[in-house]
Amino acid sequence: MATTIPAADRTRTGPGSAPPGGADHRTRQGRPALLFLTPFLALYLLFIIGPALYGLVMSFFHTSMVRPGLGEFAGLDNYAEALGSSDFWWAIWHTVWFTILTTPPLVVLALVFALLAERVRRGRWFFRLAFFLPYVLPSAVVALIWMWIYTPELGLLSRTVDTLGGTAPNWLGDPAWAMVSLAVTTVWWTLGFNFVLYLAGLQDVPRDLYEASAIDGAGPWQQIRRITLPLLTRTTTLVVVLQVIASLKVFDQMYIMTSGGPNFSTRSALQYVFDVGFTDYRTGYAAAASTLFFLLVLAASAVWLVLTRRPESEV
Amino acid sequence: MNGPPPASRPPGPALSRRGVLLGALAGAGAATLTGCATPLGAGLLKTESAPDAVEYWNLFGGGDGVRMQQIQDAFRKANPGTPLKAITLAWGDPYYTKLSLATVGEEPPDVAVSHLTRMKTLVDAGLLQELRPEDLARHGMAAENFNQRAWQAGLVDGRTYAIPLDTHPFVLFYNTDICQQAGLLDPNGQLKPITGEAAFVDALARAKRVTGRYGATHGINADPASPWRFFQTLYSQLEGEILADNGTRIVLDDAKAARVLDYLRALTVEQGLIPSGADYPGAIAMFATGQAGFHLNGEWEISTFQTAKMPFGMTLVPNIFGGPHAVQADSHTLILPARPDLDQARLDRALHFVRSVLDQSLTWAEGGHVPTWLPFAESEAYRRLSPQSSYAAAADTAVYDPPGWYSGSGSNFENVIGSAVGAVEGGQLTARAAIAQIRSQLSVLARTPSPV
Repeated sequence: MATTIPAADRTRTGPGSAPPGGADHRTRQGRPALLFLTPFLALYLLFIIGPALYGLVMSFFHTSMVRPGLGEFAGLDNYAEALGSSDFWWAIWHTVWFTILTTPPLVVLALVFALLAERVRRGRWFFRLAFFLPYVLPSAVVALIWMWIYTPELGLLSRTVDTLGGTAPNWLGDPAWAMVSLAVTTVWWTLGFNFVLYLAGLQDVPRDLYEASAIDGAGPWQQIRRITLPLLTRTTTLVVVLQVIASLKVFDQMYIMTSGGPNFSTRSALQYVFDVGFTDYRTGYAAAASTLFFLLVLAASAVWLVLTRRPESEV
Repeated sequence: MNGPPPASRPPGPALSRRGVLLGALAGAGAATLTGCATPLGAGLLKTESAPDAVEYWNLFGGGDGVRMQQIQDAFRKANPGTPLKAITLAWGDPYYTKLSLATVGEEPPDVAVSHLTRMKTLVDAGLLQELRPEDLARHGMAAENFNQRAWQAGLVDGRTYAIPLDTHPFVLFYNTDICQQAGLLDPNGQLKPITGEAAFVDALARAKRVTGRYGATHGINADPASPWRFFQTLYSQLEGEILADNGTRIVLDDAKAARVLDYLRALTVEQGLIPSGADYPGAIAMFATGQAGFHLNGEWEISTFQTAKMPFGMTLVPNIFGGPHAVQADSHTLILPARPDLDQARLDRALHFVRSVLDQSLTWAEGGHVPTWLPFAESEAYRRLSPQSSYAAAADTAVYDPPGWYSGSGSNFENVIGSAVGAVEGGQLTARAAIAQIRSQLSVLARTPSPV
């Protein structure tokens, strides 16, 4: 891990100070670095870049899963079909809606829990472990646990609500609730990752700032607002970008817990690609749909980077 | 990395470390090359581990998986000279995509299982070996040895590409204790025949009074397949058709579909005889724990209820709409994927294995499937198999998915209809809205040129 304090370091030395060494130093390190990177680069080219390019080419053909080769040239037909398909747009919207439902709680709660866990005097390890633990579970296990919890009438949640005198909705069976239920499951499951990132960020906030501000009479709330949050800006940027991308990539939870239902109301963009590509054997069309989705994710990341880069350069 | 820059380090140790790494890499490479005997080595070098083996792929899990293992073991015992390499993959897309890709890649298994309704797409894609009568005859198999409904349904342009192993219909499970208390059993302990819309509602209502919860269950949540099967059964009893001309034309009869959907809505949303919110395992659990007197599902769940040691019987789904009896079904078939290097010896090994599986139809039928191999299906041994033989008639009234590149077991065709039907049963859609949705989604598929 880094032993310097990036954020604090920056404020002390100011912007524009070059790292030690220089261009000469960098080129001398270049060749051995490349050598060490070769195994990774080879696998990356073979299994990520290669298939991605092949998929891009495939999206311009009527490629079929059950026929060898690329098939007939389609031009932009596949793209036109996807853009004109209401099922495609619904699936995109479901993914975006899921991202909207999950990103704010996954960022805010992770920060809140990290702050709380940091303040605990005794048994700090326990709280760190407790919040992180769900993250180590595989998606299939998480889905199974929460399907039991959500089971109508017999499940833990429905029973609890009924006992308290309410009427539990059909958590996964009602289109109005299904996506919310999936979002709650996801928050519980993946919160730990952002939590750890925030914990790491908190370790980098210098103690002396708190001591100095305490001497100046700042309370805990003021310390959080004026010291902790500003110094965590970089962490927050990272957490939000990673979270948006992770949420847009959602597939497992829906695929296992609702099969995209009830009545397609939770079918995600990736499941749409899966359905047309694997179930319908239309790999060319699926490649086009997935390329369009890729552009969307790219655009979302780019917008966020532009929005966040400006304030940082002003620091 | 906060160590000193590399230049300040004596060259000796750095070189030796690099040497060790290079040596390790070379060693690993050599190990891979000498690994011809392993499956990985054989796969990389395209050599076969045993040239006279039969490679067999199937998609059976649960009770079916256990029984298929027994069948494979019996084959191995009887044919020590023919090694059998059996591979089980998960049902649905994981299975059919791998089977298609292996065949396209000219490395298919010798024998594979396919649903009858999925097999035709594979034929259209040119992935299956035609089974000529003279080849089948050498192994004692001919059309007249099989249940004609399943055999005829599996023909493509009059040619045979698949040997049907069974028919697996949608059936009605009933809890004998609950039905006894509800006065629904005859003196022999069998369910009294139920015919007509009112009679079925009445039977479910009486069972509901006994259980205090529900009359019947079937999966609805996250389970489009069960609503599809129930809908197709009832819609076919009205002699309704959905697709024509190989899936290019939609001939859904709105009036008949609405009648079925209204009836399903009455059973679930309006009268609460069937819970709207149960998923597949939940529906099974409710029936197994006596919260419902009936359960609608494929016959393959027989093993689940036998394991639960509950008192139950099985019978045909009642004839509710008074037309000719009809029930949604599919068949497991054995197919020979096309391969360029097929010779007589390989073909005979494969067909010998197929025949051996048919000869063990008793083992297979214990799992609930109705056998299509007549030498066994017409035997006393099968008649004595209870409750499995009590719905054997379903094989003759079985309705398969209509042909089309997008239809078949686990297809988007079933998913489109099952999702809309499930939404009606869940109270989210009216019959009219569901039909409109089915029409619009199917028409997209019908318009799309076949990818095969």
